[in-house]
Amino acid sequence: MELNRLTIHELLDNKEIAAPDIFDSLARRIKDVEGKVKAFVRVDRTESGQPRQNPQAETLLKGIPIVIKDNICVKGSLTECCSKILQGFSPPYDATVITKLRAAGAAIYGLRANMDEFAFGSSTENSCFGASRNPHDPSRVPGGSSGGSAACVAADEAIAALGSDTGGSIRQPASFCGVVGLKPSYGRVSRYGLIAFASSLDQIGPITKDVRDAAILLSVIAGYDEMDSTSQRIPVADYTKALTGDIKGLKIGVPKEYFVEGVDKEVKDAAREAIEVFKKKGAVVRDISLKYTEYAVPTYYIIATAEASSNLARFDAVQYGYRPKLPAKASLIEMYKKARGEGFGQEAKRRIILGTYVLSHGYYDAYYLRAQKVRTLIKGDFDRALNEVDCVITPTSPSCAFRIGEKLEDPLSMYLSDIYTISANLAGIPAISIPAGMSKSGLPIGIQILGKAFDEATVLRAAHSFEQNTEWHKIKPNL
Amino acid sequence: MEYETVIGLEVHAQLKTNTKAFCGCRNEFGLEPNSSVCPVCLGFPGSLPVLNKRAFELAIKTALALGCRIQPLTKFDRKNYFYPDLPKNFQISQYDMPLSLNGFLQIEEEGYKKRIGIKRIHLEEDAGKLMHEENNSLVDFNRAGTPLMEIVSEPDMSSPQEAYDYLTALKLILQYLEVSECSMEKGTLRCDANISLREKGAKALGVKAELKNLNSFKAVKAALEYEEIRQRAALEAGGKIIQETRLWNDASLKTVPMRSKEEAQDYRYFPEPDLISFTIGEKEVEGIRKTIPELPLKRRQRFSDDYGLSRYDAGVLISDRLLADYFEGCLKIRNAPKPIANWLNGPVMSFMNERGASIAELGIRQGDLIDLIALVEDGTINNLTAKDVLREMLQTKSSPRDIIKQKDLAQISDSGELSGLIEEAVRENEKTVADYKAGKVSALMFLVGQVMRKSKGKANPNLLQDMIKRRLS
Ligand SMILES: [Zn+2]
Repeated sequence: MELNRLTIHELLDNKEIAAPDIFDSLARRIKDVEGKVKAFVRVDRTESGQPRQNPQAETLLKGIPIVIKDNICVKGSLTECCSKILQGFSPPYDATVITKLRAAGAAIYGLRANMDEFAFGSSTENSCFGASRNPHDPSRVPGGSSGGSAACVAADEAIAALGSDTGGSIRQPASFCGVVGLKPSYGRVSRYGLIAFASSLDQIGPITKDVRDAAILLSVIAGYDEMDSTSQRIPVADYTKALTGDIKGLKIGVPKEYFVEGVDKEVKDAAREAIEVFKKKGAVVRDISLKYTEYAVPTYYIIATAEASSNLARFDAVQYGYRPKLPAKASLIEMYKKARGEGFGQEAKRRIILGTYVLSHGYYDAYYLRAQKVRTLIKGDFDRALNEVDCVITPTSPSCAFRIGEKLEDPLSMYLSDIYTISANLAGIPAISIPAGMSKSGLPIGIQILGKAFDEATVLRAAHSFEQNTEWHKIKPNL
Repeated sequence: MEYETVIGLEVHAQLKTNTKAFCGCRNEFGLEPNSSVCPVCLGFPGSLPVLNKRAFELAIKTALALGCRIQPLTKFDRKNYFYPDLPKNFQISQYDMPLSLNGFLQIEEEGYKKRIGIKRIHLEEDAGKLMHEENNSLVDFNRAGTPLMEIVSEPDMSSPQEAYDYLTALKLILQYLEVSECSMEKGTLRCDANISLREKGAKALGVKAELKNLNSFKAVKAALEYEEIRQRAALEAGGKIIQETRLWNDASLKTVPMRSKEEAQDYRYFPEPDLISFTIGEKEVEGIRKTIPELPLKRRQRFSDDYGLSRYDAGVLISDRLLADYFEGCLKIRNAPKPIANWLNGPVMSFMNERGASIAELGIRQGDLIDLIALVEDGTINNLTAKDVLREMLQTKSSPRDIIKQKDLAQISDSGELSGLIEEAVRENEKTVADYKAGKVSALMFLVGQVMRKSKGKANPNLLQDMIKRRLS
């Protein structure tokens, strides 16, 4: 049996499987295909990188390894956000999600997934370790910024992974790679230990081979955390219980603003076909309008870069990370300039400058404050819509995976690949991307299901029902 | 042209909490450098702040005591600037929605009373501390993240003396509230001053200078006095004041420019996304209000009204909360406000000053002090001896009666014993006796002194004086 191809629940169902065998199987697969996929940036052999077997067989995850994106702190293990400026940073603490995974018996075995530097990007090309590749076509990007997490799961180099989603960074790569990616509601999962990109938008979530695994992982990592003031005291359900297969009478909204020009025909068709599947299972589909959709991208880039410029200010070479070589009598300012000049990549610099600008005196009202107001309108859009329907279905991305290098010189077109995912972050609502088709050229197509804040159960139930009635999630890349 | 001075003060008080503003690290002065730090106060990536509820309550308590309006909705903001002692390169502070607004502080000093407006009180975190060696700069982050309360006054003070009085009154209130230790030496109380001059009677404010590096109340006053003169001279010479930050130099007793407005920082304030805005319930505010003790001015008035103390005596007592508490403790044992106040403001206070100790640290039992006063009043010992007994009490912690017995200090009121000593003194000081008889009154006191010395200070002074007078008449 090729254990590496299995899901979490398949491994759990088979009581005979021992943790070391899973590792061996994954290691063989990694040896075979990682040269083509480049999903990982580091194999950490320190204590926390070692596979651990939980002697208590009753723990939920029973030694199943989970791959971690490089921006989630693992105690004693290098966590560099794929940025030169965090070179050598080894946090003295675990992120809360890591603590929870460990408590559930998961193995955090030191494979760190590649990402766009500080999660800035939609292609995983902005990594100081180089680009990851799409397992379905290695000349194409896996999406970003959790591209490494999505690629390793798609390539069966991992059972499941954690990513982070600020504007679609879990869902868009999941869509590009043909796997499941869930962004929970803002406040559902503790951000403690997630190296911040944009604090009011970031959320950690699972990238898995199917919906059941997403539900299992969410049940483990969700919940209030006293270390994170923005996490909410809202009860966490066993989300696998939501996967009833029954969606009779479920009200689904289809926003007309998401099916416009600029969306690939194949993507549109796949989404329409998906809607038919839902209808067949008894869902009630109706057209809705989310009229502020067109403002989501500019609003997002103002708020996200503003927060990022401030969050990234701490990387100054004083306490940790990259310290540049300096002339004998260098001043403090010289050190700052050199460390940040050499430590940050192009895209990080672009966003820091943009964020600094929109917050600067005289521009705050025109940009940041206005963006916050538009954000409120966008949230209102969803509140109204989700009052009438139980969830909303859209394409995840306007196109399939693009070629490596194709959008690198055109940041604006790159930013637009997040156009359908960004709104969920601005509104703080849960959203999942699931495989829903293949393009003629053999690239996965994803659809997105969005739900009411903290109603992950409905989103998972709908996604699971679709998955039960289609085969898209079973298509494996030819590697 | 006549000018008037306009002064506003920004006071930073470190709050007396067990832990820091946004993490669980100990908030304590004088620890080994970098021994009270964690990922949160070091601003490590991935760490998040969590508000210390106690710090928040202490700031609300202060705001209530200063008559401020508590804001129902409050939030934190980030103040962005780069500095190596600032771990995140932003400071969590409050910008446009501070926790309280619009209060006042009453100052009552010799000859005037005045209400100074309080513009706002808000919470923020402190930065670390840099230490510069010859070729290195070292940073201690123990102070980073400790809770600060910033109290911003309206520009309502019109002289350096008023500023000084405001600070004194404010410090006393903070000490009464037990919200801050208020030590300028330890940096738990810091002050920046804004000063400008304007034509007398004018409405608009003049161009101000912001004074920093003020290490004591005296320095605040001196720097303001210097600035008043500098600005007036510049204006009278037809010059212009530029808005700038100036540093006070304690050695040269001058202010010098630090940076001008042209290169002023753009702090790029925006709402702290890691701490969501929150509301303060009426009930919670009322709960905190109940913890406010009687404040100094009120206490002073009560001490005058109820105990018949002079304004001066009452003022001295209340200027030290512990001393005033001690005073009231004594009154419960014996209702004799006047003599107790005299003893506390006199000998006891001079011992406190001499030893740099608080009343608690002196360790005089209230019952012993009352006893000591009674022993003077009933003539067992005289005033002079009583001070020696008090000193002995501090050293040995013995009761005054034991000390008097042990050292045989009881006053000699036996006229037989005294008349022997008087005869001796008369014999030895023939010239003085003659002077007295010739009408020189002061000669009497000399003789009293001589006999007192012979009695080793134990003679009853009143009795002694009477007897000498009779002997020489
Ligand atoms: Zn700390």
